[in-house]
Amino acid sequence: MATESQIINSAPSEESIIKIANMHKWYGDFHVLKDINLDVKKGERIVICGPSGSGKSTMIRCINRLEEHQKGTIDVNGIELTNDLKNIEKVRAEVGMVFQHFNLFPHLTIVENLTLGPIWVRKTPKKEAEELAMHYLEIVHIPEQAQKYPGQISGGQQQRVAIARSLCMKPEIMLFDEPTSALDPEMIKEVLDVMIELAEGGMTMLVVTHEMGFAKTVAHRVVFMDFGEIVETNEPYAFFDNPEHERTQLFLSQIL
Amino acid sequence: MTEAKVTAESSEVLKPPISHAGIIGWARLNLFNGWFNSTLTILILVAALQLIPPFVNWAFIDSVWNTTGAECQQVKGACWSVIPANFRLVIFGFYPAESQWRPLLAMIMLVGLLLYSKNRNNWGKRLLYIWLFSLFIMGVLMRGGLFGLQPVESAKWSGLPLTLILSFFGMLAAYPLGVVLALGRRSNLTGIRSLCVVYIEMIRGVPLISLLFMSSIMFPLFLPKDLNIDKILRAQVAIILFTAAYIAEVVRGGLQAIDRGQYEAAESIGLNYYQTMRLVILPQALKIVIPPSVGILISAFKDTSLVVIIALYDLLNTSKSALSNPEWMGSSSEVYIFVALIYFLFCYLMSSYSRRLEAELEYKSTE
Repeated sequence: MATESQIINSAPSEESIIKIANMHKWYGDFHVLKDINLDVKKGERIVICGPSGSGKSTMIRCINRLEEHQKGTIDVNGIELTNDLKNIEKVRAEVGMVFQHFNLFPHLTIVENLTLGPIWVRKTPKKEAEELAMHYLEIVHIPEQAQKYPGQISGGQQQRVAIARSLCMKPEIMLFDEPTSALDPEMIKEVLDVMIELAEGGMTMLVVTHEMGFAKTVAHRVVFMDFGEIVETNEPYAFFDNPEHERTQLFLSQIL
Repeated sequence: MTEAKVTAESSEVLKPPISHAGIIGWARLNLFNGWFNSTLTILILVAALQLIPPFVNWAFIDSVWNTTGAECQQVKGACWSVIPANFRLVIFGFYPAESQWRPLLAMIMLVGLLLYSKNRNNWGKRLLYIWLFSLFIMGVLMRGGLFGLQPVESAKWSGLPLTLILSFFGMLAAYPLGVVLALGRRSNLTGIRSLCVVYIEMIRGVPLISLLFMSSIMFPLFLPKDLNIDKILRAQVAIILFTAAYIAEVVRGGLQAIDRGQYEAAESIGLNYYQTMRLVILPQALKIVIPPSVGILISAFKDTSLVVIIALYDLLNTSKSALSNPEWMGSSSEVYIFVALIYFLFCYLMSSYSRRLEAELEYKSTE
């Protein structure tokens, strides 16, 4: 989808920002995530792919504790995720998340959607929060929609608002859970373009997506998951051209 | 941006066909389409012709409006005179006659404030202070004892003011309590959840009458002899507890209708539980449940008339005592029609306001 020729050249730093070690998760008796180990550097962009049901969404949802893990450790920006609610809230304020179905708040205007977090979590004064919101709406190219309600704008615009809503919290990390899967084809590009611009700004990003063009353009690393395991991790070109693992080859042959 | 615009300028604008025009067309379409509807229409017409003219005769043509009770005995139609003659007794009950301007003023304040609060543009901190101040004034007016007002004990509060007190405070306290119970019932904490389930199911499992009996007869048995809690207050608490259980279940339905993604989105921007509920979930859930909640509030309003059984004199009971006067004994229909109109007026205002609120809160959407 995205222009495949250009590769964004901002290198990640040496410093780790997310450390997942020996992490397991069960739904009842069902072992969804098996021994996940992943180290994400500050400024690194990781695309996670894999067949449906492979646990990729569940894994990134563990990073802001929308899902609870039962074994192993997840350390985000120096805070370990445990049952401690204060820590969870701290991590959530630093980690932005964009969902497949946007999940905008339908009873609030676009600008109110954006200012909710800054005003209530960051305690930013209302006027300042509104300026912040307008700033990020310009970044996602829809400042003119500020006073509308989510139901009045298109899916692609809603997803861009959702991205702006996360950005208003000035997160260190952005998680994207299949951000373009619920969009009509003609709207996918406008969302991916915003994400690419975000990548150019050096944001740490974990993206679950099937957009392989996007993976080639922006990812430092591609992670392939299957049956709740990380099967293979590699740089995008090596990943697509010379997949090591048989399961990866099978997957790529099905989607490319 | 890639917003595709499809315009229909090229194709001709077609209006839907008009198949039936005029009154005859309308009647054929709505009243006489098929033998079943035609029969129904004719039956209803016949019934209306049988019932309405006699009622109009009774209520308006043969009726008297300003006579004594004795004169009424000679009249074929309605004896509306019973209402002006007993107006004060029906409306204010046994409140001392020389002080009845006080409950009147309090009621005018209450209704005025409710009407003022209908407009959502007036909502805010200022309105809250106005309410608190007015409630204090209304309390002083009813109770007396301050500013040189004659004290009036609550046993004498009766009639319409009592009905309004019981229902207004009943709704005011029951709604938030119901919301808390609904949230508790969906809590992850087992203790809180089971407590709420037990409460809701227990209260819903017994009739309001039995709660009122308990509050007036059983409850005082458990209290120390010298501690005497006001009877109206006890009935008030019973009404609140009862209504809250029903509100809780309705609100729970609304909470269940909210998509899981709304919770996740709120949590992912760092809102805590209370913020998530207050700012994101409840505004949406409560909007969904406006129609059933208003249904419950309306029935709570009418159910206050059950306090008759614990010898409180609400509007319905004061009308009964007016009728126990031998002079007016034959005029019960007239009095009950009058009281029904008062109940209807309040219920109608509530339901029309709920419809307006619903329309105002409708999400703006292009679909």
